[in-house]
Amino acid sequence: MTSERTRAQKWIVWGWPLVPVIAALLFTTALLLLFGASPVVSWQALWVGAFGDQAKVLSVLAFWIPLMLASAGLLVTFTAGLWNIGIEGQIVMGAIAASWIALTVQLPAPLQIGLEIVVAMIAGALWAAVSALLKTRGGVHEIFSGLALNNLAIIFTNYMISGPWQPPEGGSFRGTAPFDPGALLPRFADSRFSPLSLLLTVVAFALVFIALRGTFWGLKLKALGRNAYSSFLLGVSSERETVLAMMFCGALAGLGGAVRVLSWFDSLRQSISGGIGFLALLVVMLAGYRVVVVPFIAFFFAAVLSGSITLQLRTQLHSSLGGILTGVMVLFVLLFGDPRALGIFGRKKETEDELPAEAAALQHPTGSSPGEK
Amino acid sequence: MNEAELIRILSSIILQSAPLIIAVSGEIITERAGIVNLSLDGSMLMAAMTGFVVGLKADEAYPGSGLWVGFLAAAAVGALFAFIVAFGSIRLRQSQVAIGFVLTLLGDDLSAFLGQNYVRAPGPVVEHQGIPLLEEIPVLGPIFFDQSIVVYFAFALVAFLWWFLNRTQPGLKVRSAGERPEAAFARGVDVNRIRYLYTIIGGGLVGIAGAAYSLDVKLGWSDGHIRGFGWIALAIVIFGGWAPIRGMVGAILFGATRTLASVLQRSFPEVSVVAFNTLPWLLMIIVLLISSSSLTERLIAMAPDRLRPPLTRLLRVAPPLALGTRFEET
Repeated sequence: MTSERTRAQKWIVWGWPLVPVIAALLFTTALLLLFGASPVVSWQALWVGAFGDQAKVLSVLAFWIPLMLASAGLLVTFTAGLWNIGIEGQIVMGAIAASWIALTVQLPAPLQIGLEIVVAMIAGALWAAVSALLKTRGGVHEIFSGLALNNLAIIFTNYMISGPWQPPEGGSFRGTAPFDPGALLPRFADSRFSPLSLLLTVVAFALVFIALRGTFWGLKLKALGRNAYSSFLLGVSSERETVLAMMFCGALAGLGGAVRVLSWFDSLRQSISGGIGFLALLVVMLAGYRVVVVPFIAFFFAAVLSGSITLQLRTQLHSSLGGILTGVMVLFVLLFGDPRALGIFGRKKETEDELPAEAAALQHPTGSSPGEK
Repeated sequence: MNEAELIRILSSIILQSAPLIIAVSGEIITERAGIVNLSLDGSMLMAAMTGFVVGLKADEAYPGSGLWVGFLAAAAVGALFAFIVAFGSIRLRQSQVAIGFVLTLLGDDLSAFLGQNYVRAPGPVVEHQGIPLLEEIPVLGPIFFDQSIVVYFAFALVAFLWWFLNRTQPGLKVRSAGERPEAAFARGVDVNRIRYLYTIIGGGLVGIAGAAYSLDVKLGWSDGHIRGFGWIALAIVIFGGWAPIRGMVGAILFGATRTLASVLQRSFPEVSVVAFNTLPWLLMIIVLLISSSSLTERLIAMAPDRLRPPLTRLLRVAPPLALGTRFEET
């Protein structure tokens, strides 16, 4: 009897991750029914919108790249126990910086693109450094400085678009004039996907993977994230590592912003990031801070978000449905993702409760992550 | 600028800050009990949408009932969001910050989806209602007593909250749950019950604040109608040192930036409108720096001895000691 019970337990534990996914699908289906849309037609539209033809798949891929870059950066800041909500602003600043080079500098194509990318990364890193220094020097929590800096970056974009970089044909608030083709990332077959940006993303992700798994820096970040005070006693400079982790993330976010202007669009637009930074926060939370699953979840999110545009066209429903699906999924995973915490097999082991207040509440976001030992 | 215009500007500032005052008061109760409800931005958007749409529907069914039903529905939505935060952190032992943040994003998307058929629709409006006699007082009358019931509610709430937290037995229990839960528990206070209760009540107030926008201060509904205001309210709670009256001052300060931006825009049309939009966000960073940086500490140390205690009281704030921590009965 005990063996049968353990087998049942095994099945539940194995199948558990599917429960929140199904719950999220049911929730969104209920919303569709509430608005009189056929779920079959809607889900089909979502699927076709994401994978219907080659162009759609390439578009998902092109959306996935900046999302991946932002998620990779967030893995570093989350490891250090930082809530880098300012990532949205870092993406925007990267996009503005890349646009600045694209609009003002004329160089041979490879140099031009290289310069755009480097400057975008620097801009993102500096914007992140402001948040980091406000935390270490000013005692301002990075959630609030990040939020304020996000809004300032967006206002700055609107100012540039409607002022200095206004297209010659006049006062549209939509975006700058298209950049010179030589300033854009080379794109694959008339799509928004640029193979070069894929290469950069793979390199960036590998760097993050190695940094977190196999370097002393990664270890220091983990120590900082687990318990800032005791890692300080062990000689980890919390200011240095906080600033470095934030700037690393900001640089990747800035690169993501450059990809947005140089290959997704061909100019600086009003909502240039389109919420990719916030989406990346959800990706990393859903991944439970495990590096390896991040690319897959990011791809799934990219597909849902791209597909929801076709869904809007076919059903006339608001495209926020994709955001609802992903948001509900993450919420369910956060709440019910760990079957042990629900008390199904007795209580969860009390390991995280030893952390001090700050670390437990604000620095180690989900308590224990199931797959990691 | 003549006197009449100044009075009009001041009364507009008071109106603009009223919903913020309500939201800040709600979050103060929640955080004084020890829970951070970070979902404010999303729950206020959801509440603004719900209050508006439900109010509209109720008015169609039973003319005249729209406002009350709308505010009630908005309070229920705010309370529901707050309940999810409380349940997730107390019962399921997950991070309040993570749950609150996801709820913020979800509330934004969900409100856009559910309210999609009501964008820019006309709906119920809270009538302005002067208070007899008081509104006759020169200067103060038109600023404070010729307003809508939302404004009176906001100020009454602050007074009540101050009295409740500082002068009553249940208020003491709330504070003890947020400051020293173990000690409170030892004295027979059911800490987690208190935390559930005041998180939900605080969330209900946040919901009322959201509907106060869509039904009175920023009429109607559109996508992302009041995006950002919830975050501003959360920042004001910190700046306000988790105290009702200071929180009210902070809310008026931020309410002023909105009015000030439009006034300044009219006076200096050559300056881009963009410059004035940055005001609330710059102010957010500045007030948080004032309340938490070590620079303030040094400034206070430089002041003459006699000024130090009042300066410390004025500038320094400290969160409830057990804010954001879990409490387990042993």
